[in-house]
Amino acid sequence: MDWGLFTIQMLNGLQLGVLLFLLAAGLTLVFGIMDFVNLAHGSLYMMGAYFCATLTQLTDSFLLGVVLALPLTALLGWLVELIVVRALYTHDHLDHVLATFGLILCFDTAVDYIWGPTGMAIPLPDFLNGQVTLFGGLEFPVFRLVIIASGLLVAALLYVMVAHTRLGMLIRAGASNRTMVMALGVDIGKLFALVFAVGAAFAGFAGMLIAPITEASIGMGNDIIIVAFVVIIIGGIGSIKGAFVAAMIVGLIDTMGRSFLDQLLKVFMSAQNAETSAPALSAMAIYILMAVVLAFRPQGLFPPKVR
Amino acid sequence: MYKKITALAALGALLAAPAMAADKVKIGFVTTITTPAGVIGQDMVDAVNLAMDDIGGKMGGLDVELIIEDDAFNPPVGKQKVDKLVKQDDVDFVAGFIWSHVLLASKKSALDAGKFLISSNAGPSQLAGDQCDKNFFSASWQNDQTPMAMGEVLNQNGVKSVYVMAPNYAAGKNMIAGVERTFKGKIVGRDLTKWGKDAQLDFSAELAKAKASGADALWVFYPGKAGGALIKQYEQAGLLGQLPLYTVFTVDSIALPKLQEGNLKGVMGSLNTQHWGPDLDNPQNKKFVEGFKKKYGRYPSFYAAQSYDTMFMIKSAVEAVNGNLDDKDGMRAAMKKADFPSTRGKFSFGNNHFPIQNFYLREVVADADGVWTTKIVKTVLENHQDPYAGECKM
Repeated sequence: MDWGLFTIQMLNGLQLGVLLFLLAAGLTLVFGIMDFVNLAHGSLYMMGAYFCATLTQLTDSFLLGVVLALPLTALLGWLVELIVVRALYTHDHLDHVLATFGLILCFDTAVDYIWGPTGMAIPLPDFLNGQVTLFGGLEFPVFRLVIIASGLLVAALLYVMVAHTRLGMLIRAGASNRTMVMALGVDIGKLFALVFAVGAAFAGFAGMLIAPITEASIGMGNDIIIVAFVVIIIGGIGSIKGAFVAAMIVGLIDTMGRSFLDQLLKVFMSAQNAETSAPALSAMAIYILMAVVLAFRPQGLFPPKVR
Repeated sequence: MYKKITALAALGALLAAPAMAADKVKIGFVTTITTPAGVIGQDMVDAVNLAMDDIGGKMGGLDVELIIEDDAFNPPVGKQKVDKLVKQDDVDFVAGFIWSHVLLASKKSALDAGKFLISSNAGPSQLAGDQCDKNFFSASWQNDQTPMAMGEVLNQNGVKSVYVMAPNYAAGKNMIAGVERTFKGKIVGRDLTKWGKDAQLDFSAELAKAKASGADALWVFYPGKAGGALIKQYEQAGLLGQLPLYTVFTVDSIALPKLQEGNLKGVMGSLNTQHWGPDLDNPQNKKFVEGFKKKYGRYPSFYAAQSYDTMFMIKSAVEAVNGNLDDKDGMRAAMKKADFPSTRGKFSFGNNHFPIQNFYLREVVADADGVWTTKIVKTVLENHQDPYAGECKM
């Protein structure tokens, strides 16, 4: 076993996990508190990436691009809540799915009209483009380290907000028993709008972080949103802590699978078969985990306390 | 009464006659318009439209009707579209196809209906070998050939060990097989990554493995937008200067503008092989590249060059039979001669209807205006035929 490589792959897995957490945090709050299935959460991730790409081009600074794109994505989230989502809270899940699937198509087409089909690259400043030497002479891309750090920072902020503020208390209460919160005279409409906008900003932030690595492109959120749903189901719907732990588990499983599964499979099958089946199997692994969790602990690993 | 009916029938026949005799050449062109891979499809459609301008929308005196269909990067969708082209539109030629898996899924629909099927890009080994067909032609290459040329380059550059990465689908496997055919050194690691509509674009784990493998060089095949992403991450991972990059179908005029936009200078000087280059010196290529740059303001990709060739190949067939589109044998014989001006210069077809052609080594450079493009360095393989031709009983 090459421990240097193992460490690097752990970091890569952590980085993917952090991105998934940023997406899943908003999703799990919206799903848990408002009981609203938002498939278009991935579109907000995409819009964040495009806002950031455009603003980076205009201002010639990635950092400024992120700072400006964050409130813009939150504003967009707030508008989506106001115009589309608000009317649907009283409907059932099927209506949510239909409406937000429609939203996905609208956003994808809008991006095609505004930015064209080719996608947008986000150039990074030089100090983010290099590598750092970690302990033991291991080299790791600076930007991926930045992703991990900013993701953990957001997680910490969220923890403080949810566990130690009045707003967090209301959010937790909303996740446990919405009717009771309303009965106690809390303006639940305002709370929902706020949570939706914050969730959108987180999703957008994830998009802004991944775009310099892959690039902003149409439909980029539609693939990852499925994984984000897997994360919140494993973690327990409505639980920030669950989303965090599950995102890390999923990120690590996916990366470790891609890194070491073919070596493992080669022990008992031909090299060629191992190489072909390893990527398929590692793509499947997280869904298998979800199935296991659903079978033995259908409420997820860390479900929010009810009543 | 009887007279009236015959008169009506005669009138009907008169009216129907022009519609029955082929008054236009119908070409169905299947490519990827939606999904991020649509960038490639756009380049191909642009080239086809340029060809239409250059031939005045006519072939052998007949008007050309072009029907463009989107395969959505998805084999079942591609097949559906070919079914539609064959049954509903009754086209004479089905052309296009970026992706080997889409072409393999669609070929039966076109060939069983007796239509000509022309690949403007994909070159799966199956169609070159035991599944070759008299009505199938390739306007591009067989998948193995370009990486075979790359294997030779690796040998010539004294590379002893290489790490290979490609997407997990028909062409990815062909490409790796191609390098293995000619490369004499050791392949120390191989990664096949998830491909299709939700293709993997983050290669952190794979690049870390490549770096740890201690290989002399990294060889990759990542067409379309994945190529740009890979090169960006290659540079971000600090592999530049440590692990020289050799590519096929990855660094092209679709990826280069993006890389230049992101100022990823790491790609400059990197080597790739191809049967064509924008600077290849022949009259048809000059006309094509200049025309394309004038009309669209950018360099054409090899996808565009092959699509442009496809149109001229069809034109040569239609002209050989003077517009009599029922004369399939005549058209087939004409296409087999490869007697049309091609952007790759003179070439011939093998028994399996795949081109026997040169493959060149290309280097990434900046042109006189500072635009990043490729320059042909030397010829690697001369009049090269694909390794599957022997399996084709034709």
